[in-house]
Amino acid sequence: MSRKNLALVSLLAAVALVIVAGIVSWRLDLAPEHNNASPAGMGVINAAPVGGPFELVDHTGTTVTDRRYAGKYLLVFFGFTFCPDICPTELTKIAETMDLLGADSAMVQPLFITVDPQRDTVPVLADYVTHFHPALVGLSGTSKQIQDVAKAYKVYFARAGADDSADYLMNHSAFIYLMGPDGANLKLFSPRATAEQMATVIRAQLRPAS
Amino acid sequence: MRCSYARRLSGLFAAAMVVVFASEAFAHEYRVRDLAIDHPWTRSTPPTAKTAAGYMTLTNNDSVDDRLIAVRTPAAKTAELHRSEQKDGVMQMRRQENGIPIPAGSSVELAPGGYHIMMTDLSAPFVRGKDVPLTLVFEKAGEVAVELRVEAPTGGQMHGPGH
Repeated sequence: MSRKNLALVSLLAAVALVIVAGIVSWRLDLAPEHNNASPAGMGVINAAPVGGPFELVDHTGTTVTDRRYAGKYLLVFFGFTFCPDICPTELTKIAETMDLLGADSAMVQPLFITVDPQRDTVPVLADYVTHFHPALVGLSGTSKQIQDVAKAYKVYFARAGADDSADYLMNHSAFIYLMGPDGANLKLFSPRATAEQMATVIRAQLRPAS
Repeated sequence: MRCSYARRLSGLFAAAMVVVFASEAFAHEYRVRDLAIDHPWTRSTPPTAKTAAGYMTLTNNDSVDDRLIAVRTPAAKTAELHRSEQKDGVMQMRRQENGIPIPAGSSVELAPGGYHIMMTDLSAPFVRGKDVPLTLVFEKAGEVAVELRVEAPTGGQMHGPGH
């Protein structure tokens, strides 16, 4: 190979490396939260005085209270099945978190509590939660029961818009609550938190550094 | 010596190019005039789901601003442009009456937790392997037919919301 060819090949290789490096760094830029080594990074919020006893109906039609899940860590999310964007996104994140926890997920019970009991009946919830994760439990109840649990968790929810259409949306708090085995709130996760961050935070609670 | 160095370099070049092209192979892209529509996707839905959201990245390579003003699909009774916004911890979904602006020379992401196409009263559940046809209507660039790739509930999450 001539000196000229060698120079050309070297140049091409250098250009290719620059392109690859550029693409890789661009991809990393797209996901800055994944590079944030801090386990309590963006989207993880310190404990708040929320939670408390509740009585609701699970997606199998069984009446349950908070005592049913005593001794387990809870991941609690309030939403509604008609919700097109946020609820599937957050429930997918909860499902991913459970998978990331592996065997440790046996200590964690994810709960999806509807703020729309009128439409989210037991069969609708059953169909919905099993789509996301086998461990996910859907909870509904009477309007009073839902209002009570929402109040305990300081969850805001309201029907959006004034029309009488059956296709209404709800404005709602979009936090995921991590509750301890004693029922106390340990952390809140905002929509900015990733499944990786949630799994890291939960693991730290399950296995505190000695 | 020199020859093997050159061969190694050209091998490296080829490998680098494979990386570049392979990383793009999973995405699908559409174009209409100077607008690029990158990787339109949606999530698979539970059998009785009434709603779904469509996501994609829109890039305007033109020197004039454009706007996504409407969407149509035979897969749902209604398809609207919406935006999820968090205000004081409360999520609100607002219909984008004036469409979604795509300024000249910039990209706009339709992604979980932000701009999205909201589809209600689905004619059938969205299942993997069965792409959802969708027509995008732009103010300047006109109409383009795309297909939303149906991904598992975990699909698309690697990018995370909030960008």
